[in-house]
Amino acid sequence: MPRLNSVQQLEEYRAFLSSRASHRPCLTVCAGSGCTAAGAHDVLDALRKEIRKQKVDDEIELKSTGCHGFCERGPLMIIWPDGTFYNRVTTANAAEIVRSVRDGKGAVEKLLYKDPVTGQRVQKEDEVPFYARQKRILFGNNGRIDPQAIEDYIAVGGYCGLAKVLSEFQPEQVIENVTRSGLRGRGGAGFPTGVKWSICRKYAQTKGGECYLICNADEGDPGAFMDRSLLEGNPHSVIEGMIIGSFAIGAKEGYVYVRAEYPLAVEHLGVAIGQAEQSGILGDNILGSGHSFRIQIVQGAGAFVCGEETALIASVEGRVGEPHPRPPYPAQQGLWRKPTVINNVKTWASVPVIINRGADWYASIGTEKSKGTMVFSLVGKINNTGLVEVPMGISLREMIYDIGGGIPDGKQLKAIQIGGPSGGCIPADLIDLPVDYEQLTKAGSMMGSGGMVVMDETTCMVDVARYFMEFLADESCGQCFPCREGTQQMHNILTGICEGRGTDSDLERLEDLGWMMRETSLCGLGQTAANPVLTTLRYFRNEYLEHIRNETCPAKVCRKLIIYEIDPTLCNGCGACVKVCAGQAILGEKDQPHQINSAKCTKCGACLEVCQPKAVLVS
Amino acid sequence: MPKITINGIPIEVERGTSVLEAARFLGIPIPTLCHDDGLIPAGACRLCLVEVSGKNGANRRSRLLSSCSLPAEDGMVIHTHSKRVQKARRLLLELYVATCPSSKRIQDLASAAGVRECRFEAKNEHCIQCGLCVRMCQQQMMAGAIGFAGRGERRHVARPFDMTSERCRQCGACLYICPVCEQRCQGSTATTTLCSGCLNFAPVCFQSYSDAMCFLEPCHACELAGPLRPEVGLKVRAVKN
Amino acid sequence: MPVTETDEVKELLTQFGKRRSSLIAVLQEVQRTHRYLPQPTLRRISQQLEIPLPEIYHVATFYNCFSLEPVGRHVVQVCMGTACHVRGAPKVLDRLLTDLKLPKLGTTPDAQFTLRTVRCVGCCGLAPVVRVDDHTHPNMSQPKVKGMIRKYAARPETANAVPAHK
Repeated sequence: MPRLNSVQQLEEYRAFLSSRASHRPCLTVCAGSGCTAAGAHDVLDALRKEIRKQKVDDEIELKSTGCHGFCERGPLMIIWPDGTFYNRVTTANAAEIVRSVRDGKGAVEKLLYKDPVTGQRVQKEDEVPFYARQKRILFGNNGRIDPQAIEDYIAVGGYCGLAKVLSEFQPEQVIENVTRSGLRGRGGAGFPTGVKWSICRKYAQTKGGECYLICNADEGDPGAFMDRSLLEGNPHSVIEGMIIGSFAIGAKEGYVYVRAEYPLAVEHLGVAIGQAEQSGILGDNILGSGHSFRIQIVQGAGAFVCGEETALIASVEGRVGEPHPRPPYPAQQGLWRKPTVINNVKTWASVPVIINRGADWYASIGTEKSKGTMVFSLVGKINNTGLVEVPMGISLREMIYDIGGGIPDGKQLKAIQIGGPSGGCIPADLIDLPVDYEQLTKAGSMMGSGGMVVMDETTCMVDVARYFMEFLADESCGQCFPCREGTQQMHNILTGICEGRGTDSDLERLEDLGWMMRETSLCGLGQTAANPVLTTLRYFRNEYLEHIRNETCPAKVCRKLIIYEIDPTLCNGCGACVKVCAGQAILGEKDQPHQINSAKCTKCGACLEVCQPKAVLVS
Repeated sequence: MPKITINGIPIEVERGTSVLEAARFLGIPIPTLCHDDGLIPAGACRLCLVEVSGKNGANRRSRLLSSCSLPAEDGMVIHTHSKRVQKARRLLLELYVATCPSSKRIQDLASAAGVRECRFEAKNEHCIQCGLCVRMCQQQMMAGAIGFAGRGERRHVARPFDMTSERCRQCGACLYICPVCEQRCQGSTATTTLCSGCLNFAPVCFQSYSDAMCFLEPCHACELAGPLRPEVGLKVRAVKN
Repeated sequence: MPVTETDEVKELLTQFGKRRSSLIAVLQEVQRTHRYLPQPTLRRISQQLEIPLPEIYHVATFYNCFSLEPVGRHVVQVCMGTACHVRGAPKVLDRLLTDLKLPKLGTTPDAQFTLRTVRCVGCCGLAPVVRVDDHTHPNMSQPKVKGMIRKYAARPETANAVPAHK
């Protein structure tokens, strides 16, 4: 990898890489955290061995890439250049795969995606319904490049945006472009990015020019993993965005704050930064432009609240992650009291795309006030779990059914939780809601970082509210009174309801506490903490009343309100349940109907899972 | 020099002045718990919240912000006693009473804000984590012997490793500044949590003691009872003299 | 031993920089090496960085990564993210508590296992997820718990083991 001292040299190098690009088939295997946990590295090893064994080292290339997004079907593979898509690959398939590529005779049928509705197998990635409806302007390259090879990124057009900015734009023009594109912060609040940059630049210029840039990769929302996948799979896209941003506001130093739970992202990002520095794309005098910028990685230490921008800044400074009252905002006074732009990973990754393809092109995607694409993690009770990148304004119906493949086991959709613990639950009857910032806020929820958890009839909404309160009571920094005490009180009330001790006054108390937290908390965590409760109260009030008045849990989740029994007419006495019973509560002789002793039963549900004749009943 | 408006009153202040300071200059009373003039503001208790609108007619919905930590900026329109602020204060104080019913200061503030019932489970804690003791020790006494530990529900004021630090000079400033531990309210009961002294319009202390227990600062109950119940008020004044 | 601590802290500060902003990185390194944050080390850091001890103590008790007590040989982390919760993580957690004979989250008396919850490891497509040391176990369920524990109990310390994917 040569050192590039000018934009021209970068373009020459890019041309060189394109000319050298062999048209050899290339097997790419997704090695994102999800597929890795499913055995992707074993698959890679097996393929490597096969290629050597079949003596096609010079003919076939093997590459591990970042997350392709369809986690449900991992390990995933794509064969380039024709784009054949394989899912659920195992080590046993290695020989066949290599042979089929070597002979060029057609794909391995059984590894192709089979549409569950039509029963047809499809060959290419964009024929798979999960992918067909997406618009992957940020994630598209994940399946093509090795995240630890800067050459790959450059070969697919990487750092084109940077080159354009350095050779054609003034800083103010960059800001104008980003503002015109309508890009809004993808971390949750949706603040117009260009406006934030111009505020920072303005304050920096009146104060001697010192300012900073931060990439918020804390991704604390449980259920969200798109930032991780972008950092693991295409770290250069984020780096490029940050360099462009540093040019726009005049920052010389930048930080990427990655949560402690993402070691692979830290590793890949570190490698990418190192390679960028070696190539002259980061550091002093970038590509001979005179602009200098360095990026440092800072690791989190396990605190959800550090996703809040002022808490994150405190953490970078070596303090506890306790937020600051705002105003002043970080763009005015942030890291070490200097103007600081802090944006989410996806926001930074969007910047090169906007510069390359134009602000007007970007603004043509999405809705009136929410432009561009959004990346969602579609998880929970849904057939096709994974990462989805779609234009703003797509309907929930399309997300859940066309892309997500619907609810498994024939169950009914009940609610969709969007935005993590700061967001709310959208009920199934709002399924035609277009997904954008305004619509979600109107429905009582929030875009958040893009976590989308699908819930079916076996989910108890009161239990969900209680779960989020438990999370927030633990993760609250505890500094301000309403959040610290409010989350605890709300959690206590909700636990009481789930255990059958609820009273009618509970709902009013929850609503008042919710109002108080929203209006009086010091930071966004406290201000949005009541959202899960308030939305479930709004849309699922009957379920609360069932718990309170009738002491029943319609979804059969709340343990104190359900009983496990065995139907003696269906039980065949196999004893499978006895083996897994957590409380040793099942008695019975072999081949005789068994019984559950409810005093000992812990309601763990293991017996329900293993019972073949489905003799276990819950009421 | 920023020009702001508080409750319709225009005022020009020096850059760096907080809205709380500006309001106090005008004589407008804003309740606080974690504020002390000699310490850096924390914004932790949230009682000093005021309603802030943007300049020249809000282009955004107005917000509640803590006035102690809010630097006055040109064009700010502040309301210290709007309906929204009053509702927020009342709910906050209702929760404060539930958290710490034994604090006279909190009971007084609650009565003044019109809290008439406490619907939340009493937690009977002895610390509201206002942080005054920590800031006092660090900023005024220059010792820094105590601090916070933990996060969320586990957060509490602590001596590191539960051992008294060598930096502690036993000066007692932390005890002095605490709004909760130095004066106990005798009136709150287990069932109501609220002192209810002012509801009864009778000094509650006399049920258990022969002297009013208020030392330097009369309880809100007595203050109300005074002019409305002259015979009771006379008794209290006689006892004090 | 005091001499070793001074050396260790001095080395770490040289590596990360003798600044306030290095505090968290230094503590993470100490946690990784010693499996907890020893009191003398924290006092030494307070001296060297000139940060009041109560502030160091607050940082040490604020973040989930740090513990003031040693952790067990194997650290079992149950993901309690929303996707995992909806797919049954609480039941897996309860089963782990029962099988490890722990009344609540913490370390087993024989210091073999430390059971913790973690908020989302980012493998939501494979919920419920349990991480033991550096290995991620997808699609956990109650019947799988016993076998998993047995596998690790037989294994020696794997805390510093090379992660599966290398």
